[in-house]
Amino acid sequence: MIPFDLPTIWAFIIAFAVFVYIVMDGFDLGLGILFPLFPAKQDRDVIMNSVAPVWDGNETWLVLGGGGMMAAFPLAYAVLMPALYTPIIAMLLGLVFRGVAFEFRWRTQSERNRWDIAFAGGSLVAALAQGIALGAILQGIHVEGRHYAGGWWDWLTPFSILTGAALVIGYALLGATWLVMKTEGGLRDRAYHLSWVLLIAMLAAIGAVSIATPFLHVQYTHRWFAWPNIILTAPVPIAVAAVTVLLLRSLANKFDYQPFFLTLALFALSYAGLGISMYPFIVPQSITIWQAASPENSQIFMLFGVSVLIPLILGYTAWAYWVFRGKVRAGSGYH
Amino acid sequence: MFEGWDAVVLARAQFAFTMSFHIVFPAFSIGLASYLAVLEALWLWTGREVFINLFNYWLKIFAVAFGMGVVSGIVMSYQFGTNWSAFSDKTGPVIGPLMAYEVLTAFFLEAGFLGVMLFGLERVGHRLHFMATLMVAIGTLISAFWILSANSWMQTPTGHAINAVGQFVAADWFKVIFNPSFPYRLVHMVLAAYLTTALVVGAVGAYHLLRDRHLAGPRVMFSMAMWMATLVAPIQILAGDQHGLNTLEHQPAKVMAMEGHFQSHKDGAPLILFGWPDMTEAKVKYSIEVPKLSSLILKHSWDAPLAGLDTVPRENWPPVPITFWSFRVMVGLGFLIMGLGLFSLLMRWRGKLYETRLLHMFAMAMGPAGFIAVLAGWITTETGRQPFTVYGLLRTVDSASPLAAPAVASSLIAFIIVYFAVFIAGVIYLLRLMAQPPHHGEQGPRTDVPARAAGITPAAGTVAEGGVR
Repeated sequence: MIPFDLPTIWAFIIAFAVFVYIVMDGFDLGLGILFPLFPAKQDRDVIMNSVAPVWDGNETWLVLGGGGMMAAFPLAYAVLMPALYTPIIAMLLGLVFRGVAFEFRWRTQSERNRWDIAFAGGSLVAALAQGIALGAILQGIHVEGRHYAGGWWDWLTPFSILTGAALVIGYALLGATWLVMKTEGGLRDRAYHLSWVLLIAMLAAIGAVSIATPFLHVQYTHRWFAWPNIILTAPVPIAVAAVTVLLLRSLANKFDYQPFFLTLALFALSYAGLGISMYPFIVPQSITIWQAASPENSQIFMLFGVSVLIPLILGYTAWAYWVFRGKVRAGSGYH
Repeated sequence: MFEGWDAVVLARAQFAFTMSFHIVFPAFSIGLASYLAVLEALWLWTGREVFINLFNYWLKIFAVAFGMGVVSGIVMSYQFGTNWSAFSDKTGPVIGPLMAYEVLTAFFLEAGFLGVMLFGLERVGHRLHFMATLMVAIGTLISAFWILSANSWMQTPTGHAINAVGQFVAADWFKVIFNPSFPYRLVHMVLAAYLTTALVVGAVGAYHLLRDRHLAGPRVMFSMAMWMATLVAPIQILAGDQHGLNTLEHQPAKVMAMEGHFQSHKDGAPLILFGWPDMTEAKVKYSIEVPKLSSLILKHSWDAPLAGLDTVPRENWPPVPITFWSFRVMVGLGFLIMGLGLFSLLMRWRGKLYETRLLHMFAMAMGPAGFIAVLAGWITTETGRQPFTVYGLLRTVDSASPLAAPAVASSLIAFIIVYFAVFIAGVIYLLRLMAQPPHHGEQGPRTDVPARAAGITPAAGTVAEGGVR
C-alpha cells in the first residue's frame, strides 16, 4: 500500500498544511465572499471583528504550504508555480486587497466603502484563483525535463472554472456557518438561511466535480472504481452522505457550533477524495512525490523542526482562538 | 510598457519592485515590535500612564504596517516559484528548509500572538498580554535570522554539495546557516531596522514637540528615539565597516563596484568620493578622489595593493553605477543619522532637548532616512552580487522560469498598479495616525472598546463599555 518513507511523510505534512490553510482561511475568505450580502455597517463590523484577531495566523498556513513545498518537493514547486502563473498572481493580489482591508477600513470614514469592496473582491478573487489552480493541477500539467512546458493559459478550462466556482461556494458555506457560530440575532438568522442555500449549492458542486474528475484521466477512474480499490474508496462518498444528513439536521435544529464543524468534515472528506485521486503524484501524471522529493538530509532536517513546532503552533493558535471565543456583539467587539 | 524587455529582466524588475515595497514594512515592524515591548515593560514596571498611552498609540500604527508587511510578504514567498522556478528547483533543498523554519519559528509566532497583542489586553490580563507582545517582537527577530541566513547563503554559499540532477544540497547545515557573511548581515540589518524605527519615532515626536513642546508623550518618544540614534548609529557604522571587509574577502567584485575601482592599484587605491562610473569605458568619469584612502579603509594600510574589476572577467561584472551610487546614499545617510544623534546628545547635555527647534526640524527631516538607507543598502548588496543568484555558482539568467515575456510584463504591471494603489493609501493612513499626538487615555487599534488597562488611570469615557464575550 502506502510506503512509510520520508517523501510520503512529507506529502502528508504538506497536505496537512494545505488542508489547515483551506479550512482556516476558507472561512475568513468566505466572510469576504458573503460581505456584499450584508450591506449594513454594523453587520460588517461584527463580521470583520469575528476574524480580525486570527486571519493573519490563518494565512500563514498558505506560506507554510508554499515554502514547505519548495523545501520538501522543490521540483514540484518549480513546475507548478509557472504552470499556475496567472491564478497564483491573481490570488496574491486578491490577498493583498483583502488583507490590508482588515486595518484600512477602520482608519477611514470616507473611504470605508472602498475597502469593503477590496475585502469582498479580494476574497472572491483569491478563492476563485485557488479553486482554478486546484482544477488546473488535477487536469494535468505539461512537463518536459525539469520544467513546465505548457503555455500560460493552459490552466483555463471548463473543469478549472468548475473547481474554482466549487471552492468559492465551499468557502462561502464555511463563512456562513462561522457566522452562525460567532454571531447573534438577525445576522445569525441570515447566516442560517444562507447556509441552507450554500449547502445545497456545495453538494451540487461536490457532485459535479466528483463526476468530472474520474473522467479526466484513466488513472482517476481506475483509482476510484477498480476492484479492490473500491472497498477503500467507497466509504468516502458514504461518509459524505452521512455528514450531509447530520449537517442538514443541525441546520434544521439551529445549532450554533455543529454546522461549522460538520462543514469542516465535508471539506476533510472532499480533500481526502482529492488525495485518493492524486496519490502518489504531486504533479498529476508527471511527477511523483519520490521524483520531486528534496534530498533526504533536507527532509530530515525539517522533520525535526516540524515534529516539535507544528504541535506547538497548533497549541498557541488554539489558545488565540480560545481567548476570542464566543459570540461577537455589535458595538462591543474586541476592537 | 516594457516592450523589448526580455523575460529575465522583467522578472528581475518584478522582484526588485515587490521586494523594495516589502522590505520597508518588516524593517519598520522589527524595530517597532521591540519598541512596543519596551514601552509595555516600562508601563508594567513603573505604572506611568505615558507609557501605556505611547504603547497604544504605536500599536495602532504597528497594526497597519504589519498588515502591509504580511500581504507583501506572501507575494515574496510565491514569487520564487512563479518567476524563478529554475532557481527554486536547484536551491530548494538548501534555502527551502531555511525559509520553512522561518515560517515555523517566526511567522506563526508573530501571527499567533498578534491578535492577542492587538485586541486582547482586556481579555488575558497584563502579564499574558506582555508575553504576547514579547512573542511578536521575538518573532520578528527570528524571522530576520532565517531570511538573512538564506540570503547570506546565496551571497556567500558554504556547506553545500551539488547532486546528480544539478541541485544544491546541504553537506553541513551548520555551515549553510552560519555562512561567512551571515553574522555581519544579520547585525547590520537588525541595527538598521532599529534605527529606521527610531528615526520614525523621533520624527513623530519632533513634529508634535514643534507644535507643543510640553506634551508628555512626544517628549518621552523623542528622547528615547534620540538615545537610540546617539548610541546605535556609531555602532551601525562600525558594523557596516566590518560587513564591508567581509564582503571584500568573499565578494571582491561587489566591493570593486561599490568603490568604483575599475583598475587595480599596486600601491594604494584612492577613495572615490563621487563620480560617474562608465562601464563601457571602464572608468569613473568626473571623479573626486582622496588618494590611498580606500586602501587605508579596506586594508588598513596606505600603500596596500587593491585589485580592480580589470581582474574580473567582464561577464561577471555587477552593474557598477547602481552599486556605486546606492552605496554612497546609504553611507551618507548613515553619517547624517550619526550627526543627528550627536546633535541631540549635545542638546540633551545642555538641557535643551525639548526646546531646540532646529534639532526637531532636523529629526523630522530624517524621518524617512532609515527607509531610504535600508533600500539603498539592499540595492547595493543585491546588485553588487550580480550576475549571480548563488554567488559564483548559479547565474541569474539560469535561474528564471520558462515564461514568455508578456506573462511577466502583465504581472509586473499588475503589481505596480496594485501596490501603488494599496500601499500609498496605507502610508496616508499611517501619516494620519502619526499626525495626531498621543493623548491622555490613548486607545488601541479600535475605538469602540478601550484597549488600555482599567484601574491604572481610569479616565472619563474610557470605562469598559462591556467586556467582550
